Amino acid sequence: MDTVKLVYEIDGDNFSAAGEASTAVKRVLKKLKLPSAIVRRAVICMYEGEINMVIHADGGRAYVDVDEEKIVIRLEDRGPGIPDIDKAMQEGWSTASAEARNSGFGAGMGLPNMKRNSNDMKIETELGVGTTVTMTILFGGEAS
Amino acid sequence: MEISALRDLLEGEVLCGEDRLDDEIETLFASDMMSDVLACPDEIHCLLTGLINQQVIRTADMMDIGLVVFVRSKRPSEEVVEMARQRDMVIILTPCRMFTACGRLYEAGLGLR
Ligand SMILES: Nc1ncnc2c1ncn2[C@@H]1O[C@H](COP(=O)(O)OP(=O)(O)OP(=O)(O)O)[C@@H](O)[C@H]1O
Ligand SMILES: [Mg+2]
Repeated sequence: MDTVKLVYEIDGDNFSAAGEASTAVKRVLKKLKLPSAIVRRAVICMYEGEINMVIHADGGRAYVDVDEEKIVIRLEDRGPGIPDIDKAMQEGWSTASAEARNSGFGAGMGLPNMKRNSNDMKIETELGVGTTVTMTILFGGEAS
Repeated sequence: MEISALRDLLEGEVLCGEDRLDDEIETLFASDMMSDVLACPDEIHCLLTGLINQQVIRTADMMDIGLVVFVRSKRPSEEVVEMARQRDMVIILTPCRMFTACGRLYEAGLGLR
């Protein structure tokens, strides 16, 4: 299989459109005939991350690279950064706005779920500059 | 249970996916928090929710959920129905409240541990 590289702009001002990139990624991964369990894990990671970029940051860019052995999803935003990553990784911890909560998000479940569904997740963040979340899904490995 | 039986139990109205009413469903998840749905490790056939925005359809799509039931007669916009149609999903609108809808379906043997 050739290496596939995808790039998506994520609009931080449009909650209704949040998830369009994830929908597009799902379509590509299915076309590549990857196992459905792998596709499921990748799109959960991508969608939770995409929503986070819209409700917590100011949008940004998503890079998805697929090769013979893995999918790497890199989400780069220009948001406020995450002051305490350990706290952010706890299930149930959330700073989501009332608006986000009324729209079905803000349970504090996204980041832990992204970690569970990837084989490796790395968060690089700088206050006032932005956050980059990089997730790797291995075709050979089980979910972590 | 076939989707048509679920529709009858919930006195529901089918908004799209009429051609799939004989599909079988066994597992059901009820929530208004989409990341709860996304964190479910099991196969979900039917999602019950009180939310009616686009993210419900996207969440269902990511989890390969084929049936979405909107409770308490909250009617989604035509745009939301169209999104579901494009994804080959069934949408049912029920006058039941969440509690009642879950109760009836639980009694009928649907659910997830
Ligand atoms: N890209 C980001 N930029 C800034 N802060 C973030 C970002 N992603 C997550 N956070 C912070 O980490 C917290 C936890 O994120 P997580 O995705 O686990 O939960 P949530 O988005 O609040 O709710 P849920 O994902 O359940 O809808 C968020 O409430 C927010 O404070
Ligand atoms: Mg989140």
